[in-house]
Amino acid sequence: MQERLKHSIIDAAGMKRTLTRMAVQILEENEGTENLVLIGIHTRGVPIANRLSKIISTLEKGKTVKQGILDISLYRDDYKTAAKMAEVRATEIDFDINNCNVVLVDDVLYTGRTARSAIHGIFDFGRPATIQLAVFIDRGHREMPIQGDFVGRSIKTSPGEEVRVRVKEIDGVDEVVLVEEYDDDERGEK
Amino acid sequence: MSELVLNHLLGLQGIEPSKIYTILDTADEFLKVLDRPIPKVPPLRGITVANIFFEPSTRTKISFELAEKRLSADVVSFSKSGSSVSKGETLLDTVRNIEAMKIDVVVIRHHAQGAPLFLTERIKSAVINAGDGSHEHPTQALLDMMTIRGHTGGFEGLKVVVLGDIAHSRVARSNIHGLKAVGADVMVCGPSTLIPRDIEALGVKISTDVDEALDWCDVINVMRLQLERQNQGYIPSLREYQRTFGITKARLDRIGRKIVVLHPGPMNRGVEIDSNVADAPGSVILQQVTHGVAIRMAVLFLISGKERTDA
Repeated sequence: MQERLKHSIIDAAGMKRTLTRMAVQILEENEGTENLVLIGIHTRGVPIANRLSKIISTLEKGKTVKQGILDISLYRDDYKTAAKMAEVRATEIDFDINNCNVVLVDDVLYTGRTARSAIHGIFDFGRPATIQLAVFIDRGHREMPIQGDFVGRSIKTSPGEEVRVRVKEIDGVDEVVLVEEYDDDERGEK
Repeated sequence: MSELVLNHLLGLQGIEPSKIYTILDTADEFLKVLDRPIPKVPPLRGITVANIFFEPSTRTKISFELAEKRLSADVVSFSKSGSSVSKGETLLDTVRNIEAMKIDVVVIRHHAQGAPLFLTERIKSAVINAGDGSHEHPTQALLDMMTIRGHTGGFEGLKVVVLGDIAHSRVARSNIHGLKAVGADVMVCGPSTLIPRDIEALGVKISTDVDEALDWCDVINVMRLQLERQNQGYIPSLREYQRTFGITKARLDRIGRKIVVLHPGPMNRGVEIDSNVADAPGSVILQQVTHGVAIRMAVLFLISGKERTDA
């Protein structure tokens, strides 16, 4: 499978503005940083959680937010049929999450299955007071009764399209683009 | 990607280094799962594992059972005593019957070399070797390697001695195959009666002087001396074995630097290893046991992924 760019959704400056707005909403909803925990979901939820945490820290005059990393591969519902090998990556939640307000952070909300798995994973670490979901892009097509509490941008997509959230820390660039996947033999058609 | 998944785990002979690293890396993550408030994860829900032990075992069997339960598999266990094997049923019949009960993964320990391979050719379940005769015991070697890596950082150029009964030890054999595969330098040491003549073909150094071996190595893995060997003429007496090859505090103090001392258990205290070495602060021997659960979780997880993919 190859992919081709359909159009750009957000550039670096836009991402910064959107993240700032999300950080404000998270603070507003949770009334500050007390008991607030940001958990980034592998892979691109992690740098997004880092940035939200930095913005929150600036807004709240240096107060820090507890941060963790969650890998959901042990909680997938498609492990049975996943064509690729499940790779177990680091999960780091080195603090007590009991009675905390946990904000799960991911790049794209699509079917809702990742969020479902992440909620399951969180409960193995304790019983938080609340679990909220922050996603940078909501692209629709939900298969689970799940919605984002803090959404960067909602966009309309079709199933053959993919949303790529690229971040400097991993991809060397900050941008969100919509791409279309196509088979090798279709090349040259366009 | 999928070539990293294991179909079966029969031994470490000929295994690709990338598979060893995949297992070790996965086990490192499972070790953290074991430290969680709820040390249980769901990936093997709906998978049934049978532990079939034709030879006595405490630690390996409990370790596998725990690993299976920590991954939410359904577990049935079976030992030779009290089963139909004591009524004369053959290995194949026993296992076919178990398979007819829709078992996904079979963990087998058997006194005959090659028994796990024999099964893979005849039943559909994935097979994990938990020790076959004097052939291999791959999960033990993998947990030894996990412990070694945790204390030394890596394998490339690392000097590891495997000490003791090399001839009859499946643990020794799996250690040699696994360590060589990832670029460690391996020496076997022991009485010449217990070192097989063809062992050099595996690319290992040989020594019959334990002090020389200690001077050379970064890590020593002390094999259990099977006590019945002294009646079979391999060693003159346990006392002499202890004097010549036993790992004592005095021997370790003499070399004047820290090395990692492993023992797969069960230990013969005062024979191949002294209590003041085994129980010393910083001893890694009980850590090996913990790592055993993580390694077996990793192997079960990777094998079950493959099984399900094919289904």
